Amino acid sequence: MSLNLRELSQRTQGLAPGHRACAGCGFPPVVRLLLAVAERPVVVVNATGCMEVVTTIYPYSAWPVPYLHNAFENAAATASGVEAAIKALRRRGQLDTDFKVVAIGGDGGTYDIGLQSLSGALERGHDLLYICYNNEAYMNTGIQRSSATPQGARTTTSPVGTAQRGKPQPRKDLTEIVVAHGIPYAAQASVSHWADLGRKLQKALRISGPTFVNVLTPCPPGWDYPPEKTVEVARLAVESRYWPLYEVEGGRYRITYVPREPVPVRAFLEVQGRFRHLLQDEAAVADLQRWVDANWERLRARKAKDH
Amino acid sequence: MKTVATRRVALTGNEAVALAWKQIRPHVVAAYPITPATQIVERFSQYVADGEVDTEFIPVESEHSALSACVGAAAAGARVLTATASQGLALMHEILYVASGLRLPIVMNVGTRALSAPINIHGDHSDVMGSRDAGWVQMFARTVQEAYDRTILAVRVAERARLPVMVCLDGFTLTHSLEPVEVYPDEAVQAFLGEGPRDGSSLLGEEPITVGPLALPDSYMEFRRALAEAHARALRILEEETEAFHVHFGRDLPALLEPFGMEDAEESVVILGAYADVVEEAVRRWRERGRRLGMVRLVVFRPFPAEELRRVLARTSEVVVLERADTLSGLGGPLAVEVRAALYDLAERPRLTDAIFGLGGRELRDAELDAFLEAGPRGRVVYLGLKEAGDVPEPA
Ligand SMILES: Cc1ncc(C[n+]2csc(CCOP(=O)(O)OP(=O)(O)O)c2C)c(N)n1
Repeated sequence: MSLNLRELSQRTQGLAPGHRACAGCGFPPVVRLLLAVAERPVVVVNATGCMEVVTTIYPYSAWPVPYLHNAFENAAATASGVEAAIKALRRRGQLDTDFKVVAIGGDGGTYDIGLQSLSGALERGHDLLYICYNNEAYMNTGIQRSSATPQGARTTTSPVGTAQRGKPQPRKDLTEIVVAHGIPYAAQASVSHWADLGRKLQKALRISGPTFVNVLTPCPPGWDYPPEKTVEVARLAVESRYWPLYEVEGGRYRITYVPREPVPVRAFLEVQGRFRHLLQDEAAVADLQRWVDANWERLRARKAKDH
Repeated sequence: MKTVATRRVALTGNEAVALAWKQIRPHVVAAYPITPATQIVERFSQYVADGEVDTEFIPVESEHSALSACVGAAAAGARVLTATASQGLALMHEILYVASGLRLPIVMNVGTRALSAPINIHGDHSDVMGSRDAGWVQMFARTVQEAYDRTILAVRVAERARLPVMVCLDGFTLTHSLEPVEVYPDEAVQAFLGEGPRDGSSLLGEEPITVGPLALPDSYMEFRRALAEAHARALRILEEETEAFHVHFGRDLPALLEPFGMEDAEESVVILGAYADVVEEAVRRWRERGRRLGMVRLVVFRPFPAEELRRVLARTSEVVVLERADTLSGLGGPLAVEVRAALYDLAERPRLTDAIFGLGGRELRDAELDAFLEAGPRGRVVYLGLKEAGDVPEPA
């Protein structure tokens, strides 16, 4: 499955220009890529969050495909209903189009409040793709910590003060929680590696049953870096192995991008403001580096077990 | 008027609802078990397992997800049903507003039940009353037959009014009691209902549309106002569809309210749900003793049939509301507060007493009811059948 960017860019109108996402926002490219690689018509179910808020201000909508927003924590359950309806309507000859259901939620709506609904939908085996656009905090409500927020990061509910310096806990490994459901396909991707992301989305759309893609989508105001640096910041997350790119298909792990010369996690921390308070603290940076290394080793071990 | 060939079967309220569901042949059912509504879902999943109905049944992981899935399916153009009670309805609360705000014709059966704490699985109306402002049509059945009939009727009302509809059965009193039910043939039900909510399929229609957008202060109020207008229209739709039901099945159901003995009544009792049977008996007893007592059973609580209620209550000087929920405001339960508000516009207002009874499944005994009807206490708010603490006196 080789993807050609020029071709893809012609294949879809994507998200309409005029949506109100911040300059440099990480998720519009994910949606464009999704719509470009989709071979079947898709219907999108979106959780409350930045994406919904900036693309659907009544009476305007940036969506060129059928789109449904229900609430914050229930995109997966809502998508289950849409999928079941499509099946039933098609079986009775009341619907011709074979829509693929795609649910999209932020990390808050996926890792935290929406986890139960996601888990339920995965366990029941609905034919849908769930995409988490992961900017590692609740951005829509003003940069509060989520369980996807990394240790040490400053958010408005994990502030830096004399008694606490950013978020005390490491991020939750949602991708592994999803994998534990034994679904046919789960992957981690990043906006910086568009071809890898596009291939994963395409694969996930083709596979029937529940599939999941967790995409790192940096946020300029939330992470505190200039808007033109989104791809660079995301790339450093991958090159430092802070955000490994991998997929799990039928239980088999595959690391889809191995940084040839991994950069230290410090390089990723330095390009953004949310870790500024940490950079003087060598011990804290070393802790983070150990955590990154341990995660990478664990991933490699899982991969090795497959062979 | 044609009448369809019916079959007489003994069914519990839950079984009758499950049978109605099968005959409705919904595209999607998403549900989660909770007493006293569990058997609706159990029975229905057996129908699915036996291939008696080709519904997509989604055994969700919570009530929140049950209603969320119903919203997804209804937005996609499917005919959808669910059932719940008590804590389950409370867990759905957030999505109740989404369903009505998106104007989705979801039909839900509620086996009415008390709310925690203390946890109590028995019947009262606290759960449904907690959802009264959520934009759902709320109908209350009096008998198992009515629970069956109204579940079928609700589908037509929901799809025409473009509003979600609750059909409430008193927990245990109706959900679990076995009654003879006149059951219609499957084809008759399907002929009455047709194929499904056609225009509800617009999410998956020719042109892609956005459902559930963000509305800023420049448009939100108009959406809410439109919902209020839909409720006002729903009163007429309820009347018309109840008549259509009558014509189709030959069964004459009351549309908005059901008066009994009100022609010459000087005193009246207002009630919702299955306890109307107990009250009707009491009314008979008292009328035999020469007292001009009548009863009005409300069929719908939302939309509230204020005008119709004013009309039937106008000639009585004494109104007693009997109800199974409280607002804790000191002004009485939700039913009394609304009846009182409806009567406020009358030039000569009857005196109104709110008698709260049966919370958490407590029985109301005939003797208690008779004693109360005979001697009071009258005033603003009284609690019937309390063991201690006594009645709450009228606020000074
Ligand atoms: C039940 C509920 N709780 C809280 C909120 C408020 N809220 C809306 S969006 C949001 C955060 C969204 O964060 P995330 O899912 O990470 O998406 P992002 O905003 O970052 O795109 C919150 C807390 C809500 N809408 N509903």
